Amino acid sequence: MSPKTLYDKIWDAHVAHEAEDGTCLLYIDRHLVHEVTSPQAFEGLRMANRPVRAPDKTIAVPDHNVPTTPGREDPKNMTEDSAIQVAALDKNAKDFGIHYYPVSDVRQGIVHIVGPEQGWTLPGMTVVCGDSHTATHGAFGALAHGIGTSEVEHVLATQTLIQKKSKNMKVEITGKLRPGVTAKDITLSVIGETGTAGGTGYVIEYCGEAIRDLSMEGRMTVCNMAIEGGARAGLIAPDEKTFEYVKGRPHAPKGAQFEAAMEWWKTLYSDDDAHWDKVITIKGEDIAPVVTWGTSPEDVLPITANVPSADDFEGGKVGAAQRSLDYMGLTPGTPLSDIEIDTVFIGSCTNGRIEDLRAAAEILKGKKIKDGLRAMVVPGSGLVRLQAEEEGLADIFKEAGFEWRLAGCSMCLAMNPDQLAEGERCVSTSNRNFEGRQGYKGRTHLVSPGMAAAAAITGKLTDVREMM
Amino acid sequence: MDKFETLTGIAAPMPLVNIDTDMIIPKQFLKTIKRSGLGANLFDEMRFDRQGNEIADFVLNQDAYRNAEILVAGDNFGCGSSREHAPWAIKDFGIRCVISTSFADIFYNNCFKNGILPIALPQEAVDVLMKDAEKGANARMTVDLENQTVTTSDGESFSFEVDAFKKHCLLEGLDDIGLTMEKAGSIDTFEAQAAQARPWV
Repeated sequence: MSPKTLYDKIWDAHVAHEAEDGTCLLYIDRHLVHEVTSPQAFEGLRMANRPVRAPDKTIAVPDHNVPTTPGREDPKNMTEDSAIQVAALDKNAKDFGIHYYPVSDVRQGIVHIVGPEQGWTLPGMTVVCGDSHTATHGAFGALAHGIGTSEVEHVLATQTLIQKKSKNMKVEITGKLRPGVTAKDITLSVIGETGTAGGTGYVIEYCGEAIRDLSMEGRMTVCNMAIEGGARAGLIAPDEKTFEYVKGRPHAPKGAQFEAAMEWWKTLYSDDDAHWDKVITIKGEDIAPVVTWGTSPEDVLPITANVPSADDFEGGKVGAAQRSLDYMGLTPGTPLSDIEIDTVFIGSCTNGRIEDLRAAAEILKGKKIKDGLRAMVVPGSGLVRLQAEEEGLADIFKEAGFEWRLAGCSMCLAMNPDQLAEGERCVSTSNRNFEGRQGYKGRTHLVSPGMAAAAAITGKLTDVREMM
Repeated sequence: MDKFETLTGIAAPMPLVNIDTDMIIPKQFLKTIKRSGLGANLFDEMRFDRQGNEIADFVLNQDAYRNAEILVAGDNFGCGSSREHAPWAIKDFGIRCVISTSFADIFYNNCFKNGILPIALPQEAVDVLMKDAEKGANARMTVDLENQTVTTSDGESFSFEVDAFKKHCLLEGLDDIGLTMEKAGSIDTFEAQAAQARPWV
């Protein structure tokens, strides 16, 4: 048998039909659904009088729109249009008989945090969702990617997607990370190196010692931003850490089924002599704590660097860099660590898991945020929130001056009331620094949770290593 | 789905690279449960100020380009979120074809589901088309999907690649779900085999 990559193996195990031109019907094992990109898809099913083909493999949770303040179970406490979308999801979940975690359920949270937490996401699966950060689930060695609403409808109706295979890219992070450097710094640094279109047409497999050393939470952070590098999906081969994480989760297999699953899961790795269409290698020790200065996730620099000038770039990026500098209100040559901030947001499907909150709390313990700063923590799920409360992390955040919110996507994309005002500068553990992403004319600097906590204390972009 | 065969129309130049889906349709317009009506808010934050007044120098606010049917854009068009509201807004505005050096994967696929043709061409070709688009309303570009060509107002022609299956669906205006339903037997067989091989799924 010819050697295969992990992606090849998962792909081959899910082809339900292949046409002569290579167009495949890829079978989907898990379909995650949220309120913003699904109403039109369910409406399409109703119009065509079609059922959901595999309701048992379809899991819905409202996350994008929901407020993160108490009383949100009452639709009157949502904006009218948000309430309509959430009500539509309530109704669609009920009418079509799919698994559902409503706002009132303690297990509610960001769809990409709930999926793994509940054991819906397992190694070797195909996982899709009408959300680009579906890439997160690749941390389990699952082929996971975002789809549009037409494809949501297609999966609901047929449990398949029409797909052509992507190319294979290997991103290897060798050796150990230096202190203060995290999964977020890895994933941002990779995008800084490849650019936001560098992964277009590829599925990335992340490997190497620094990736193996990451926890499952860290691996999810790395895969989460594969989409920001343009890749269809990011993958990490499952190992003992993966199996340990999965074991005992509510929807993970139990007993003999778990053992049978393990047997297959252990075959899910790239063969030694597998073919790679592109290989990127980065030394773990070369990665620094990083921050974004512009309005594209590729605008990444070490915190010790200075704001660049548009002249530092070439081609179409010159104009884009100048536009970014103007939008961000930055002067070339300014040390990044001199940039004063207004707001800190800790949360999102990138960094809203328990380990992220622990990392931030570690820096904040016994300290206060800078006077006048707005700071909030939005746990990724109700269960992350509970655990953080049990571990005493919530108290650390609250005593430091952070707001302690309920779970949801919140200020990552600002579809709920958590938004930046015009010109407000935010240090954020989320995934996109696009113009207007966190609010009209809001300014976003992407960082790791530890860096966000450090910035909250000083009121400036700050090198977390100075606080360790 | 609407068919796409040939299109001759005004092309609007947007040379900016990395135009993301948040720019194409900001999140506040995703709170709809419909697919229609989003054209009014296409490129909203680049096109209008907070009071809803047009920003004069934005390309689609210039008289020459108000009726643009083609967009010629910088590299990596449509990056970011998976929101299909982006192609819905583009289509609703009246644009049926977007030309760039590259497209983000999800956006690219979403276009084909909505009767929009995304065309990826090398930088040199996009440079020529961008220049042609800059000529305004008197310069009309022609896109021919059957023959896979884009032709400038001066008659300079470029061939483009497109997946044969996607081309077929667009030319015929075919509904994906209907096509897949014809293969329900294959899906049934696969599902039964997978249930044996991986009963835990």
